[in-house]
Amino acid sequence: MRNLMQKSALVLALFAADAAPALAAGSEDEFKAAYAAAEAANKEAGKLRNQWTTTANTLAAAKKAADAGDFDKATASAKEAEALAKASIFQATSEKTRWKDLEIR
Amino acid sequence: MKLRSAIFLASAAIALAALTLAGAPLLAADDKIDPVADAKAFQKFFKDKFPKVKFEDFVNGPYSMNEDLYRQWQDKEQFPPYEFSLELGKEMFSKPFKNGKTYADCFPNGGIGIRQNYPYFDEKEGKVITLELALNRCREANGEPPFSYVKDEMAALTAYMAFTSRGKPMDIKIPNDPRALAAYQNGKEYFYTRRGQLNFSCATCHVQSPGERIRAEVLAPALGIVNAMPIYRSEWSGMGTTSRRFTTCNSQIRAVPLNPQDDEYRNVEYYLSYVSNGLPISGPGARP
Repeated sequence: MRNLMQKSALVLALFAADAAPALAAGSEDEFKAAYAAAEAANKEAGKLRNQWTTTANTLAAAKKAADAGDFDKATASAKEAEALAKASIFQATSEKTRWKDLEIR
Repeated sequence: MKLRSAIFLASAAIALAALTLAGAPLLAADDKIDPVADAKAFQKFFKDKFPKVKFEDFVNGPYSMNEDLYRQWQDKEQFPPYEFSLELGKEMFSKPFKNGKTYADCFPNGGIGIRQNYPYFDEKEGKVITLELALNRCREANGEPPFSYVKDEMAALTAYMAFTSRGKPMDIKIPNDPRALAAYQNGKEYFYTRRGQLNFSCATCHVQSPGERIRAEVLAPALGIVNAMPIYRSEWSGMGTTSRRFTTCNSQIRAVPLNPQDDEYRNVEYYLSYVSNGLPISGPGARP
């Protein structure tokens, strides 16, 4: 079971890492753009009824860093949140058919 | 060249159409919604996986999976931790609302011994009605504010109603209505769909891994899991309803939970209850 959890988390983490663009040093404008993109992706995940708690936490961390004036950190968190949101969209979309693989028949 | 391309494209289109047509009946047969066959296969899966567990014992969740836990549970049942909630539920159930009516006025048979029939599909509304939802609707129809769906009063009321139905076999009906079949199917899809950052479905724990440990917990089998609701959980230090179970499962796999009694949760409860038909109501239950 533990292995299963680790594998699942790893696959998604890899996907998220792959989807994340290279983290660049951020100005306030960069942060705002990155945050808006992350929020939009998370909203899309919401429409699919598949938001992740980690996306919300990472968005909150981005906001907190921005409020403290650390836009490098804020931009990095926002980009991570966007990657997480995109991974949740990918999951919801692929599971529309993949759920049948687990079904007891 | 143009002619060759046109012939190639036409051939490809015909081949694709032929494939689609050939595949269509297969897909249709595969996608047929057959709750009776599902329930049979579901119950067989667990009987085959745990040949030593008596069928009616599946409602005891992790205790049915582990001999030590089973003995501990039997001791615990001498002074059950849910007793306070049961007492509260009994008192609340008989206490009249401000308008003089009681919960008994809202339910068939005065609400006694009917837990096994919930959730049901309401053909007028076209949706699944759970016991928790019916209780809050009863309150609102009598001018009372609704309770939280996850614990305390709602858990107490459902604990009492389950207790009056103990031993009765789960008896969920799916009427001959395409909307009811769709609700059942959507519930099934929800049950098997992976979600959250951990990429778990309900089935990952409760079909693929019952009896195994996830940290310190022994996972319960999905078969009969709803029959024991509501439950006292030591981990929660209190009572929890079916709604609480679904929402916390979602959080634990890092998925944002939906609102209690959203359609998805109502449908998955409908599915899980239907495939547990025949197993006795054992709620309220106690879990580690």
